[in-house]
Amino acid sequence: MPLLEVKDLRVYYYTLKGVVKAVDKVSFSVEKGETLGLAGESGCGKSTLGFSLLRLVPPPGRIVGGKILFEGMDVTAMPEDKLRREYRWKRVSMIFQGAMNALNPVKTIGDQIAEAILAHEENVTKREALERAAELLKMVGIEPRRIRSYPHELSGGMKQRVVIAMALALNPPLVIADEPTTALDVVVQAQIMNLLKRLKKEYGMSMILISHDLALIAEIADKVAIMYAGKIVEIGTAEQIYNNPKHPYTQGLIRSVPRLRGAKRLEWIPGQPPDLRNPPPGCRFAPRCPYAMDRCRREEPPMVEVEPGHWVACWLYAKR
Amino acid sequence: MSLREEIEKLIKEQPVKGDELLIALNLKKYFPVRRGLSDILKGRRLYVRAVDGISFGIKDGEVFCLVGESGCGKTTTGRTIIGLTPPTAGYLLYRPRPEIAKQFRDLGFEPVYKDYFLLNDLFRNKKANKLLRRELQIIFQDPYGSLNPRFTIYSTLEEPLVVHGIARTYEERFRYISKALEDVKLTPPEEFMKRYPHQLSGGQRQRVVIARALILDPRFIVADEPVSMLDVSIRAEILQLMLELKARRNLTYLFITHDLAIARLICNRIAVMYLGKIVEMGPADEIIEKPIHPYTKALVAAIPEPDPSNRFKIRDLPIRGEVPSAINIPPGCRFHPRCPHAFDKCSKEEPPLIEVEPGHYAACWLYHK
Repeated sequence: MPLLEVKDLRVYYYTLKGVVKAVDKVSFSVEKGETLGLAGESGCGKSTLGFSLLRLVPPPGRIVGGKILFEGMDVTAMPEDKLRREYRWKRVSMIFQGAMNALNPVKTIGDQIAEAILAHEENVTKREALERAAELLKMVGIEPRRIRSYPHELSGGMKQRVVIAMALALNPPLVIADEPTTALDVVVQAQIMNLLKRLKKEYGMSMILISHDLALIAEIADKVAIMYAGKIVEIGTAEQIYNNPKHPYTQGLIRSVPRLRGAKRLEWIPGQPPDLRNPPPGCRFAPRCPYAMDRCRREEPPMVEVEPGHWVACWLYAKR
Repeated sequence: MSLREEIEKLIKEQPVKGDELLIALNLKKYFPVRRGLSDILKGRRLYVRAVDGISFGIKDGEVFCLVGESGCGKTTTGRTIIGLTPPTAGYLLYRPRPEIAKQFRDLGFEPVYKDYFLLNDLFRNKKANKLLRRELQIIFQDPYGSLNPRFTIYSTLEEPLVVHGIARTYEERFRYISKALEDVKLTPPEEFMKRYPHQLSGGQRQRVVIARALILDPRFIVADEPVSMLDVSIRAEILQLMLELKARRNLTYLFITHDLAIARLICNRIAVMYLGKIVEMGPADEIIEKPIHPYTKALVAAIPEPDPSNRFKIRDLPIRGEVPSAINIPPGCRFHPRCPHAFDKCSKEEPPLIEVEPGHYAACWLYHK
């Protein structure tokens, strides 16, 4: 049984201007110890998907269909109270985007980490919780005496480490990291990625890394899912996705990543992503796709397995 | 020493040739920091030394890149060069085209060196400053924040024409604006003129920002992270457009970016900045393939690549910690507290930018004979 299984998940935002289908029939799974990279451009629904796994979709968004199964438990059907006590943060936690704003400026970082522990575990004293906070800081590479520091006393990279420590406070089997290094400099980004790699290896932590940066995802993901306009268009092992991409969108996206080594080329995908209030019929990538056929504009392509574990939603590969 | 002699001396000493389009000599920009009561009573003044004495020349038709992490002073340099903020010290020399040079002369300015005018003086004169806008322009990072949301694209592009009295009749302005939109491939132009910024995608907005920068036919453009807010799949399209426009209109770019991989794609030369100083400068390929300065080496080593085998290795980062505050800059070489090769001299004396290989400069005591 996979650790996390998502089946046909749909998350819609009910805005005044219409229904935005941010996540539309998305399915995937994460095994124990595995890291899934979720890649896509702004507005493709990847952050919404991350939030929905914790059932934290901000209103007017709502999970309208599908299932989220965690260790066999149905998260979508769980009562709010049970969800808060037993699932959220304890089983699945999240490293939020923009560490600068994720921390409370008027509380010490020790108190903030301890808060999560105290809220979930009975029979833990404040002192014990703070001791554990200090240990967590050590784990992420911050001196334990920093528990008495306030966020403004820390640098950007250190704040991001604190946010990671908070996510690890209850030792959850799965951590969702939503753009954990945006707004950080490249050297600090590399330091944070090294830290995540270490945690993954030493603690067997499972992770979902959400990012727009395919190069960053390649740093850690075992499995990669590519999202476009609310749908997963391709999913497979990191090797399959990077070395043998099948979907025209994935191919274009990988080619448009500027590289430091190898051939210099300026490549891009013409056009722009569709408005999710009113997506085009058929394949949502068809208007930008160089291979689009008649069928692509009429019918939505099914997910087909092109090689073991490698799934693509594209008519080029579907059996007619 | 007269101004001319001083400038001549600096051109000899500094890593510039003296025949570039724009020359910065010992450029400094300090910002005062808000002080507490005790600082005021002690008479202590604190400054953020955002740009702390840098020299470089940008050749005609070149794409010159300033690369560095946030807070290294690259954006401040760009803003100072085009006069959005006056320099604290140092000289900025610029060689305008003959018809603009004549107008500067008519305003009572004379070249200070060969046919170079001193921008520091021109910025202070209202008329000269306005005239400079026809030579120097800027493309900002944020295409969402740099367009007036209440202006249609037409009004946005019309404004500079009206302010500079360039096209006097409606028909003429309409022609100018259509041409400008066609140049940045927003076609049909009539369609885009009527729209407001919120009706455009990020990429289209950035095209409007480029069109606005180019409508006065300038020769020198500061492009401050022009693609960093855009999606990866369309970045290259904007970069390609900028390169095409450069070739067609003989532009010169100062391109500011934090991303070495992008710098490599479009720049001729790169200058790497760290805490307000240029630590390394040279041809783009050399900087990336054969970096000299330990900081540049670390930057190159830290950049991720879309290669899935990377997940099995911990990245080897030669440097520790983070960039210190620009208020308390370390003495000597400002990089020495993070440098793996630092020795005694590094904490005492600041290394000058010297030519290590032809055209390739570095400020590091390791390479000093």
